[in-house]
Amino acid sequence: MKNTTYLPAVAGFALIATGAVADGHAPVLQVYTYDSFTSDWGPGPAIEAAFEETCACDLQFVGAGDGAALLARLQLEGPRTDADIVLGLDTNLTAAARETGLFAPHGVEADLDLPIAWTDPDFLPFDWGYFAFVANADAAAPASLTELAASDTSIVIQDPRSSTPGLGLLMWVKAAYGDDAAQVWADLADNIVTVTPGWSEAYGMFLEGEADAVLSYTTSPAYHLIAEEDASKVAWAFDEGHYMQVEVAGKVATTDQPELADQFLAFMVTDAFQSVIPTTNWMYPAVVPVEGLPAGFETLVTPEASLLLSPEEAASVRDAALDEWRNALSQ
Amino acid sequence: MAQRAVPITSRVPAIAAAGLVLLLTLGTLGAVLWRAEWQGGLSPADWAAIRFTVWQALLSAAISVVLAIPIARALARRQFRGRQFLITLLGAPFLLPVIVAVLGLLAVFGRGGILNSGLEAIGLPTVSIFGLQGVVLAHVFFNLPLAIRFILQGWLAIPSERFRLAATLNAPIGRLLEWPMLRTVVPSTFLVIFLICLTSFAVALTMGGGPRATTVELAIYQALRFDFDLGRAALLAVIQFGLCVGAALLAWRLTGENLSGAGLDRVVQRWDTPKPWIDFLWIAAAALFLLIPLAMIILRGLPGMFDMPESILAAAMRSVLVAVGSSLLCTAMAFALALKGGIAVSVVGVLPLAASGLVVGTGAFLIVFPFARPSDVALLVTMLVNATLALPFALRAIAPAIAAIQQDFGRLGTSLGMGGWSWVRLVVFPRARRPLGFAAGLAAALSMGDLGVITLFAGQSEETLPLAMYRLMGAYRMEAAASAALLLLVLSFALFWLCDKWGRSDADI
Repeated sequence: MKNTTYLPAVAGFALIATGAVADGHAPVLQVYTYDSFTSDWGPGPAIEAAFEETCACDLQFVGAGDGAALLARLQLEGPRTDADIVLGLDTNLTAAARETGLFAPHGVEADLDLPIAWTDPDFLPFDWGYFAFVANADAAAPASLTELAASDTSIVIQDPRSSTPGLGLLMWVKAAYGDDAAQVWADLADNIVTVTPGWSEAYGMFLEGEADAVLSYTTSPAYHLIAEEDASKVAWAFDEGHYMQVEVAGKVATTDQPELADQFLAFMVTDAFQSVIPTTNWMYPAVVPVEGLPAGFETLVTPEASLLLSPEEAASVRDAALDEWRNALSQ
Repeated sequence: MAQRAVPITSRVPAIAAAGLVLLLTLGTLGAVLWRAEWQGGLSPADWAAIRFTVWQALLSAAISVVLAIPIARALARRQFRGRQFLITLLGAPFLLPVIVAVLGLLAVFGRGGILNSGLEAIGLPTVSIFGLQGVVLAHVFFNLPLAIRFILQGWLAIPSERFRLAATLNAPIGRLLEWPMLRTVVPSTFLVIFLICLTSFAVALTMGGGPRATTVELAIYQALRFDFDLGRAALLAVIQFGLCVGAALLAWRLTGENLSGAGLDRVVQRWDTPKPWIDFLWIAAAALFLLIPLAMIILRGLPGMFDMPESILAAAMRSVLVAVGSSLLCTAMAFALALKGGIAVSVVGVLPLAASGLVVGTGAFLIVFPFARPSDVALLVTMLVNATLALPFALRAIAPAIAAIQQDFGRLGTSLGMGGWSWVRLVVFPRARRPLGFAAGLAAALSMGDLGVITLFAGQSEETLPLAMYRLMGAYRMEAAASAALLLLVLSFALFWLCDKWGRSDADI
């Protein structure tokens, strides 16, 4: 009880120390995210403008590579980090993120439009998508991973050791085939033209004609359709179901702007944020905006089944799955 | 070697340069180690990565050097219109960012590339580029230009009086002049390329076709980014340094002594030029191999060239500024170190090649973070790191020239009582101008294409051109990215050309 007396004074000092009041500038909210989110073509600029209209603050996005690099950056900085929010991890990374102890519960109750139930108290989804192989519409489309493996279709994939989609495919095969995953990889080995360090290299090589298909998302054809008016790209629907990528944001426990951070997380699941997502991040919004999805999204394939390992499962099977993958492809 | 008589110059710049190199190579490694929680050793997969790394680096370096010798000889003894421009142009692949070069190579050697379309047209089976052959092909594509330049410099450094004398005496030029020159030039060239390939990551993985082609640098990437296992990353980086030291010791043992004797700087005239068509065949083959992928990059980039987003131009400006700063710093450091000379300088000169770019970036981040916001110092740190990483190339270009000047003119300088600044200004600097220009150009162009530390430090307003290009690719904008790549190629090449031209402005070769 005694401490409460001093609270206003302490709070005053804290405000002066953070510069929020002292020089009359708006308080700054720092959001660490992956590069393509904050680029001129990503959702960043529109979301920044929309949030700053409501918050009387300065929202700053800090780009840090991809999702894995983002987490590594936070770990490097540790509790002294300037980040208030980390936006762009996926469920394959959240177990490791939780383990750092750097995150606080998000505290948002929202009605999410995900194909699965969401109960994570620390991380809140802002968008999601299905991994899928993307190909030209005129190529023969296999109906499953095993049919792909049996065919002589060539594919280019990303390395699970350096890329989040690559890790997603690893989890896809594991979630669909469990103990038989090693065999599936062995069968796929002769279809794989090459393994690239990241998504950009793989997608670029596919567009250059180096392979029949590339590991990407079911929403990738929407980019070509909407931004380039090119209907020639399709995603293959597979009978095993498709592994999901759920992209989340979390509040950093050591934030100096806890209220602004809460305000941002609440804003994240509103229309102003969500309506920007489909045609900038090319993913499904976590909450479908009132006006619905943009025209063109209705042409995308919807998988029969959604596969997703829980963060804890994903973390626990990862190393063994990596070994299976490496052994099968090193033969 | 007998004790050299060399005018005394200040040691302070050399010590400062060496200090910066040590801080950014061993210091950053130390910073990572200091933060690491130690957990145990290497896995069998790590050992496989080490074996593959060394093997592909040996092959790549050997093939680059072996091919470069006849090409450099052909360029050294033939005069033709456009020769100087061709020599500069052949240097371009070395300056390309990895992904740009890979896409250029695929346009020629890939599934739908020129080579396979040609094979298909005449009914032959197509070939796959992916695998060890692809890794080596890409590394030779990158490094052959460097090998040609270094070995060509060796040829051009043989004074024309010796060729004249040999011709008069009808003596065997190959054994008397060229072989001793190659003994001094080839081991260090091999070493530099071996070390470049040793720390390769994206090329090896992309062209290697799968996890068979895992290199140590990729294992470091995985440890830093996916496992956040700083201990393992540091251990792998230490192994990389160990491989580097071993290779360097071996190369130095094999390096021959330079022949003494100064020339009078006349244009080399050669009398021993049998069968000119063989030389031109070599030159044509090198030009085709190196320039066709380059032409493909230009063709891909042209369509979008005139509607590039404005942010790309801002990023390009930033890259040029960083490149100029880093080039000046790098050349000054290399000059200071080369004046000092000695084995310690040689060690400092190869350290940056053995450093893992990722560990340097992470270590620099750990060092900077307690004191400043990383994005505030992003461009400064990038400039320092780029200058340091380009130092081995600059030193390799400058040091032999300065050693030769000191050997040839040192006694004269001492007897005239020249020392310090006047010795440097009147004798060394003008005579070393050509390698200085080359080194400055190389450092500037390497800095332009670099995508190392900047990824860790940069915010939105510190974006450099290569980073902007990657971000375009990440946003599906492949055509805009191809144009950014072309802009990058043009700017790198222009910077290199300007510096190289400055170096040659008073030379007549």
